[in-house]
Amino acid sequence: MRFIPVNGAQRERMLRAVGVSDAGELFDGLPAEVRLDRPLRLPPGLAEEELIAHLRELAARDLDASRVVSFLGAGCYDHYVPAIVRHVVSKPEFFTAYTPYQAEASQGTLQAVYEFQTMVAELAGMDVANASMYDGATAFAEAAYLAARATGRAKVAVSGAVHPEWVDTLRSYAGSGLLEVEIVRFDPRTGLSGADALRAAATGAAALMVASPNFFGCIEDLPAASAVAHDAGALLIAAFAPALSGVLEAPGELGADVAVAEGQPLGGPMSFGGPGLGLFACRERFLRRMPGRVVGRTVDAEGRPAFTLALQTREQHVRREKATSNICSDHSLNALAAAVHLAALGAEGLEQLGRACVGKAAYLRERLVATGRFERRFASPHGHEVALRYLGDADEMLEEMLDRGYLAGLHLRRFFPDEDGTVLLCATERRTRGEIDALAEEVASL
Amino acid sequence: MGEARQGGRPLVFEVGAPGLRVGVLSERLDVPVVEPAEAFGPAARAEPPMLPHATEGQLARHYARLAAVNFGVDTGFYPLGSCTMKHNPRVSEDAARLPGFAAVHPYQPASTVQGALGLMHALQGVLAEVSGLPGVTLQPSAGAHGELTALLVFRAAHGQRGDATSRRCVLVPDTAHGTNPASVAMAGWEVRQVPTDGRGNIDLGELRSALGPHVAAVMLTNPNTLGLFEERILEVTASAHRAGAFVYCDGANLNAILGKARPGDMGFDALHVNLHKTFATPHGGGGPGSGPVCVSAELAPYLPAPVVAEVEGGGYGLVEPERTIGRVRSFLGNFGVAVRAYAYALALGSEGLEEVAEQAVLSANYLKERLKVAYDLPYDRTCMHEFVLSGRRQRRRAGIRALDIAKRLLDFGFHPPTVYFPLVVEEALMIEPTETEDPDTLDAFAEAMLRIAREAEEEPEVLRSAPHATPVRRLDEVRAARRPDLRWRRVRARGGG
Repeated sequence: MRFIPVNGAQRERMLRAVGVSDAGELFDGLPAEVRLDRPLRLPPGLAEEELIAHLRELAARDLDASRVVSFLGAGCYDHYVPAIVRHVVSKPEFFTAYTPYQAEASQGTLQAVYEFQTMVAELAGMDVANASMYDGATAFAEAAYLAARATGRAKVAVSGAVHPEWVDTLRSYAGSGLLEVEIVRFDPRTGLSGADALRAAATGAAALMVASPNFFGCIEDLPAASAVAHDAGALLIAAFAPALSGVLEAPGELGADVAVAEGQPLGGPMSFGGPGLGLFACRERFLRRMPGRVVGRTVDAEGRPAFTLALQTREQHVRREKATSNICSDHSLNALAAAVHLAALGAEGLEQLGRACVGKAAYLRERLVATGRFERRFASPHGHEVALRYLGDADEMLEEMLDRGYLAGLHLRRFFPDEDGTVLLCATERRTRGEIDALAEEVASL
Repeated sequence: MGEARQGGRPLVFEVGAPGLRVGVLSERLDVPVVEPAEAFGPAARAEPPMLPHATEGQLARHYARLAAVNFGVDTGFYPLGSCTMKHNPRVSEDAARLPGFAAVHPYQPASTVQGALGLMHALQGVLAEVSGLPGVTLQPSAGAHGELTALLVFRAAHGQRGDATSRRCVLVPDTAHGTNPASVAMAGWEVRQVPTDGRGNIDLGELRSALGPHVAAVMLTNPNTLGLFEERILEVTASAHRAGAFVYCDGANLNAILGKARPGDMGFDALHVNLHKTFATPHGGGGPGSGPVCVSAELAPYLPAPVVAEVEGGGYGLVEPERTIGRVRSFLGNFGVAVRAYAYALALGSEGLEEVAEQAVLSANYLKERLKVAYDLPYDRTCMHEFVLSGRRQRRRAGIRALDIAKRLLDFGFHPPTVYFPLVVEEALMIEPTETEDPDTLDAFAEAMLRIAREAEEEPEVLRSAPHATPVRRLDEVRAARRPDLRWRRVRARGGG
């Protein structure tokens, strides 16, 4: 395929105007030593028909969610996405637009982002939210930077029950030398970050960093964590699960100073884990330290309300080496999808979503425990995910269940060597009672 | 509340009425109900979030209204320099939505996602070939994220050499993208600027005197942000290497040299590729992008984990590079963007990619020739895919600024170029036509720019008060900064609701 709308005669006219006989001459200024003297070693271009056939063939090698019953969650979730979401994000005026640097021509993107910020602040129980980050993990790491700058301290104490890939991301960012990461061991009985362990780690920390629900699906005691953090002069950074925001209290209401989340469950396909959507919200007093871009409402020359990128003085193109973050791209189209999804659900729909997820996960837990093959791993309330101990070889079980058409969870030994046999299972609203019953029967027959 | 209505576009919260909704999910729960208050106690939500209440029709109309006041590449010419806004092929959208790509989970066993892993492996191969750098990670989510990733890789490699504490600073040219110094700061290093010489290259003498045992890296864009190829690039990279520094290539402008020259062959140690720019994936009003990083063989062991590799016994799997810096986000990167980029690379193939570079460069030089009569051209050389004009003549004669020119262009239906960047050019207008604009569009844009230059002489007031034909007029940016209004709040009656 070719996308160049210039024919031979037109090219000749352009070449004449520039004063060369061949476009190749325009590269004559490149030093000879760096000129590639051969064609790129890539196959010849494909026609659209050939291309899509090839991609279909590749995609068909994957076992997608329509061909398997999946109980995988662990940070990436299979939710029902309302039809209107796809139709809105497919509007070329949205998806072929760039960052709204010229506000007068970008009122659509800007207003949608302002609405998104409002919704995220509402879910998080915070004063303000930004226009999005790359994903939950990077939002989490950037929150640590915010805390370090706000407190003048380098150490952040992060719960060991936070998603291990988020912790890894935080550690990589700490390779900058600007952060010092201390892991707070979770209580192996409850699966929670115990208050005593948090208290010990909070001394001298810029922030306590927890997730609720945490990686094991357990609901943390945020008010207790908040008290510990604030007693030590640290911020509380809390991750939350937006799919449960209709049933779980907002982190801001429970004492968090910064709230972050993976927003993929709102309007995003699983897409093999990316793009995700980082949600980032905080208290007003951290507004000017907040990373990423933010849209504000103002007025135009005639006094009409209008939207524009606000507080750009914090941003990389103005402050450069003093910028609050290096964000240039965010995940705006995913933010739009999330906003449309939330608008379609409404507050009642969001509560319904949360209730459905929590109800199904509880039913899944009951049914599997009743088989006698599983027992509960942690004695704590959980949301849409639950960690269960398989009484046998978990890898063998998962393999056998895959053969029978189920992705029956994530073996936590992958991230926690001590958790041999612990499997993390998730039930979103999409899992039916029939699927859960069938899974339990298959497990019982092993 | 009434204020937004007067602007003609109510907020989504003002659409519809309490009690209305789309009805997305079944109300019949087929499992026993778990009452949040009983299950979670005080952790149960006390008050629902304020969300819209509207029917699907009302939402469809709301977003149609917003789309109508938004400018995209499909709407018109978008010559936003350095941002590279070219046509986004639709087949790539279809590909990304195939269930085998969109509906797979990152923790599925590798045996069940060989298509997705194979695609990632093949895209890593394309990027290695195009860049001339063999180590590739697809994990970074955007160009600036790639910058940070590469700097963390440099830090780790210096650490291995025992240089981590002595090397504290990174050199960037004064033309650098703002993300470069910001990324350096996030990586825990100091920034030193190196000036640009009279031909628009980094000043080699200044660079050499700034180099030393305290310098960890040099970051360059090539072609640079003036749209010019660094003529002495081999001397630049060799000097940096002699001083023990790594050299980073900001790949924002890679589309200009596809198939013509490769950063690896120029001596760069690392490069990020903005898939949304070079490989024409849509940018969605600001993202998602994707910023894979390509590195030399020496640095490959430090790349973020995991990367996709062929595994023993056939097929593809995820492996952890030996000295990995860890991961820089969750999962495997912006896979959905990678699908689109891979589709684009296959559509064009070897010859097509080279044609992209040739036509993008020809279009830029064509526009430059047409416009340099009316605007100052600070560096009159053959440009690459973009060029930078200066509006200083207009400013001096009539007090017209680059921003006024940009706003006036909106009246003619064009998205303005990038303004006030690079910083070394007074009243900069950075124009990038790309290869997917036809000559008539380029001519119409040139006519508009020439007319604006005349207006600056004859009726400057028209420019100062522009835009006139857009949905809103010029905005009060000062108010936006001084009195931040970043979210809507419903005026609640006492007791909520």
